[in-house]
Amino acid sequence: MAEIPHLLVHEHDDNVGVVVVEGLTAGTDMLVCVTHDNSTFRLTAGADVPIGHKIALKDLKEGDTAIKYGEDIGKIIADIPKGGHLHTHNCKTKRW
Amino acid sequence: MASKYSNMTVKAYRRENGRVGVRNHVVILPVDDISNAACEAVANNVKGTLAIPHSYGRLQFGEDLELHFRTIIGTGANPNVAAVVVIGIEPGWTKRIADGIRATGKPVAEFSIEQKGDFETIRAASWAAKEFVHMASEYQREECSISELWVSTKCGESDTTTGLGSCPTVGNMYDKLLPEGITGFFGETSEITGAEHICQKRAINEEVGERWYKMWKAYQDDVIFAHQTDDLSDSQPTKGNIEGGLTTIEEKALGNLEKIGRTSQFIDILDAAEAPNSGPGLYFMDSSSAAAECVTLMAAGGAVIHTFPTGQGNVVGNPIVPVIKITANPRTVRTMGEHVDVDVSGILRREQTIDEAGDALIEMICRTANGRYTAAEALGHREFSMTKLYRSA
Repeated sequence: MAEIPHLLVHEHDDNVGVVVVEGLTAGTDMLVCVTHDNSTFRLTAGADVPIGHKIALKDLKEGDTAIKYGEDIGKIIADIPKGGHLHTHNCKTKRW
Repeated sequence: MASKYSNMTVKAYRRENGRVGVRNHVVILPVDDISNAACEAVANNVKGTLAIPHSYGRLQFGEDLELHFRTIIGTGANPNVAAVVVIGIEPGWTKRIADGIRATGKPVAEFSIEQKGDFETIRAASWAAKEFVHMASEYQREECSISELWVSTKCGESDTTTGLGSCPTVGNMYDKLLPEGITGFFGETSEITGAEHICQKRAINEEVGERWYKMWKAYQDDVIFAHQTDDLSDSQPTKGNIEGGLTTIEEKALGNLEKIGRTSQFIDILDAAEAPNSGPGLYFMDSSSAAAECVTLMAAGGAVIHTFPTGQGNVVGNPIVPVIKITANPRTVRTMGEHVDVDVSGILRREQTIDEAGDALIEMICRTANGRYTAAEALGHREFSMTKLYRSA
């Protein structure tokens, strides 16, 4: 891959991806790579997001389920726009 | 079926019981906390020895005492240890530990302090330690099959890059080397929470899977629910995990489980610090997820090399087992490079495949087995932490 991806997604079913570059700023036209088959697409970053943190791949509403590794990783507790930062302020485990 | 890994060999130490060790330590081992000072004095007198001070060993009882004995005996019995000087406050438990280590056939000398005092004990133990150093320093490495290595894993300071890069690297190594006949350990009971349904399915058969689930559930009921003061959201994920981008325990657990690869199945379950006895294969050890405790327990179970994926940069080591650090996080490579043995950040840039990263780890396992110091060894990380089940009498 000539261009280094900004965001990695594990599976096609996932609705979140992981920022894998330092210093990502809002407005960046990100190269997104799905590691399952190395397919790519582009997405605009909606916020400054630190390396390792997640970005929503589509609009997510309160009550939706965050999917990563093709699995349920928690519930959305505040709406997140496509390209927005997804973390503990808007996503929580369903266990407690 | 023969693979390119089948004929790999390492230069290592074959011990009296046939096990293969990759280090040649002469250990000065305290039975209890109040014998630490004597052990450290002996290690200071005799160069080439290693004291392993710890915090417990008095007035423990029941399962907690059994775990203490298993951990101390297992540490002395580990094939990375050539010979052991055991020192305790009184002769009874000292003999029990010395005899437990002696069952491996390796040289053991025991000393107790009561009615003699530190001076006399240190004098006598120093003579024994010096003899052991002369003997062990003449031991030669010999060619051993890679299949004879017992390799453990546990990750720490995880973040989202561990699930993308460093944990799948370890998983790829297990997928390649377990079929060659190595013995593997994984564990971290609390960190499987969130992916327990997936972990259970990785058991070799239903019976093992059900025993695994019972063990995991018992931990939830007897430890978490019995002692929690709020939900676990301050401890799991940890502050470091959250800083690294992990949001929930489910996300953390799924990344953690990447360490057992795509095809590996576990064949049995071990109690903390218990040695495998069902032959080669992968074992789940019921263990704490705290780095030093977990590595200590797996070393006591007989692992001779530990593979440690990290995201945000855990610095843990162990006194007797080399801990190989693997990270995929480019920021950690940049800011904490002195702690990193295997840099797999190329996975994140899509410049390196998981298959290539797995091979790089296997190469580092061989080099470490042949004698290369890990970063943790070079930096003097010798964390030895006993797991304690409940308060002493």
